[in-house]
Amino acid sequence: MSTAVDAGQHAEAGHGHDAHPAYLQHHFDNPQQQEGAAKLGMWLFLGTELLMFSGLFLAYFYMRSQYPEMVHEYHEYLNKWMGALNTLFLITSSLTMALAVRSAQVGKAKLSGRLLLVTIAFGLAFMVVKYLEYSAKFEHGLLPGDAFAEHVAGGVQAGWYGGPQLFFGIYFIMTGLHGVHVLIGIGLLVWIYVKTQRGAFSGNYYTPVENVGLYWHLVDLIWIFLFPLLYLVK
Amino acid sequence: MATTTVEGAAPAHEHAEELDFYKASRGIKSWLLTLDHKRIGLMYLAGVLLAFFAAGVIAIIFRAELMTPQIDLLAPAVGEGSATIGRELYNKLFTLHGAMMVFVFIIPAIPAALGNFLLPLMLGAKDVAFPRLNLLSFYVWLTGTLILILAILAGQLDTGWTFYTPYSTSTHGAAPVVLAVTGAFVLGFSSILTGLNFVVTVHKMRAPGLTWNRMPLMIWALYSTAVIQVLATPVLAITLLLLLFENAFNVGIFNPAMGGDPVLFQHFFWFYSHPAVYIMILPGFGIISEIIAIHSRKHIFGYKAIALSSVSIAVISFLVWGHHMFVSGQSEFASALFSFLTFAVAVPTAIKVFSWVATLYKGSISFNTPMLYGLIFIFTFSIGGLTGLHLGTLSTDVHFHDSYFVVAHFHYVMMGGTVIAFIGGLHHWFPKMFGKMYNENHGRIGALLVFLGFNLTFFSQFVLGAQGMPRRYAEYDPEFQGWHVASSIGSFILAAGLLWTLIYLLMALKNGKKATANPWGGASLEWATSSPPIAHNFHDTPHVDSDPYNFPEIDHTMKTGHH
Ligand SMILES: [Cu+2]
Repeated sequence: MSTAVDAGQHAEAGHGHDAHPAYLQHHFDNPQQQEGAAKLGMWLFLGTELLMFSGLFLAYFYMRSQYPEMVHEYHEYLNKWMGALNTLFLITSSLTMALAVRSAQVGKAKLSGRLLLVTIAFGLAFMVVKYLEYSAKFEHGLLPGDAFAEHVAGGVQAGWYGGPQLFFGIYFIMTGLHGVHVLIGIGLLVWIYVKTQRGAFSGNYYTPVENVGLYWHLVDLIWIFLFPLLYLVK
Repeated sequence: MATTTVEGAAPAHEHAEELDFYKASRGIKSWLLTLDHKRIGLMYLAGVLLAFFAAGVIAIIFRAELMTPQIDLLAPAVGEGSATIGRELYNKLFTLHGAMMVFVFIIPAIPAALGNFLLPLMLGAKDVAFPRLNLLSFYVWLTGTLILILAILAGQLDTGWTFYTPYSTSTHGAAPVVLAVTGAFVLGFSSILTGLNFVVTVHKMRAPGLTWNRMPLMIWALYSTAVIQVLATPVLAITLLLLLFENAFNVGIFNPAMGGDPVLFQHFFWFYSHPAVYIMILPGFGIISEIIAIHSRKHIFGYKAIALSSVSIAVISFLVWGHHMFVSGQSEFASALFSFLTFAVAVPTAIKVFSWVATLYKGSISFNTPMLYGLIFIFTFSIGGLTGLHLGTLSTDVHFHDSYFVVAHFHYVMMGGTVIAFIGGLHHWFPKMFGKMYNENHGRIGALLVFLGFNLTFFSQFVLGAQGMPRRYAEYDPEFQGWHVASSIGSFILAAGLLWTLIYLLMALKNGKKATANPWGGASLEWATSSPPIAHNFHDTPHVDSDPYNFPEIDHTMKTGHH
């Protein structure tokens, strides 16, 4: 590496003469490059996540435009209050996550760790409510496709053509995929928490905390779209 | 090299103690757990070549079957329903051939195998931005491939590589389709990981002085490809997920009997799979730009035009998917629009072809093996591209749709384009990758066999398609036999040429002459390090102060005329 250029950039980062701090991977020239790469990578990844969900949103709007009455009738079977509670959980967790990132940036690792724990707790609470919702659906046979029990339509044969099995199919695949993302998010938060406890982050190096934060906000954002589209159909 | 100052590179005596990346560490584990982009690239290379071989053998088997109008080779000699067994086997074979070639071979062939090896070298970087992600993408690819192979062994997979609904959700029990779709889904993730890694690498890992306008065109091509991989593949992932869901629960979203829409599936599928065509061909364009310029010792004509045409192809490729659905019942307005946009892709593509030809003009051309493949590419790809216009035209497409004309067209583009470029690139960078030279004359013979075999195989199929021979049939009317036999013989010649190539390249690995650091006199950074490169690519970070096509012998008084 050409020392003249690199030394200057290191000084800028506040690392003085320490050419390779422990967190700097060998193939990067300086911490700025590593941080820039990690952030760009994360944003691209979030882009792929959005594009993936966009396919599901398209499927949802297709179904809704084709069978508006069916969607309207069957969305009533979703529990609005549980959905609202979960929305509250996730929005609050986004706040605690943002605070955790901020604390990490200013070097308050202890506070950051506690806030991460609170975020994890909200994530788990979301999954508990999800579990309750799902078990109620299973109990009443409100399921996708063939598993849909026909008796729920009050004895009236709903009919397969554009029937409720379509709505519950979309419901389960959208909330299910989102739930998987919440679980992955919780896993990442635990990982970040453990690293924080071990003192891996400082005011100079906190990129992983930031990136997990971005991911968690995306999970939150997707839910903010899912909730009105599925639970509050007008 | 003369205009690219590379501080401290090359002079071997200075760094005699530094070993090349093969010798830097030893043992099977040092390969399987490597984070070195060069080793990962080579593991990919071995993998994709195996896949190419397997899928190629399958093609030869059904080309042999197609020598005669009736089903014979694939059917058991005796017994009731033996013809049915043969037909079903035929359906399985072409599905395998397509799925393996597309998902396992062509998509990763240039970016993940050659690209992985070359991208950091050409950028003057030590590695890609995320080496661990890079290794992960390899194992994800391997997993996806194994699942796909399992699907094949599991039973009757005969949907074709496109998995069209409702057939793919109702045929032969769900197991093989579910497995195959899972395999493609997993392979998609591998592709996303590579793409993401490459985009970040190009943005963040360029050597000092390597501005966007000094990047080799191969990098521009890999970059455009990576952007498509990142933007399109997630849509494939969700499509396949919906298809899996459909198979598991019979939701009905793609099933007309239940109020769903199979055309919706087609929209989803082609929204990925048309851009995917450019994931396959764009890296090929990059290779050809390098080969044509270096081996004709002339500055590439229209550098910016070629670079930006890659980007504009990447953009337009997202707007043309409907041309696969002209006869599916989509609205006529949509068809007309998609047809128009399809023609629009021809413009940036033609810019590239004209630029290559203009680069050759008055160049000092060496007719070595890479250059021969470059010339073959221009010839066959032009045919492939122009026949694409026949298919993009609404009226002619109605006639050609689902015929051998389509088969011939995409083989001219995919095989005559991408695979030819891949083989050309393999020869061009062979000295760099393995530190050995192959025998030029052997190379020329191979190129000739491939050229003749390829054109005989697929030109015959243009004729067959125009005469009305539909694709994907094990049996056909006797009047088609002549062209079918010609096509089959061509495929045997092609196979012989490819086998020959494989053999002399393997021989060169063992007995080839030692390659110098820069055997072709290239000016881009990969030629500035030793052959094969050291583990960290460069002894010192290189600095770039000129563009990669400023060959030392170029007469700079002439150069102004090019731009
Ligand atoms: Cu297309």
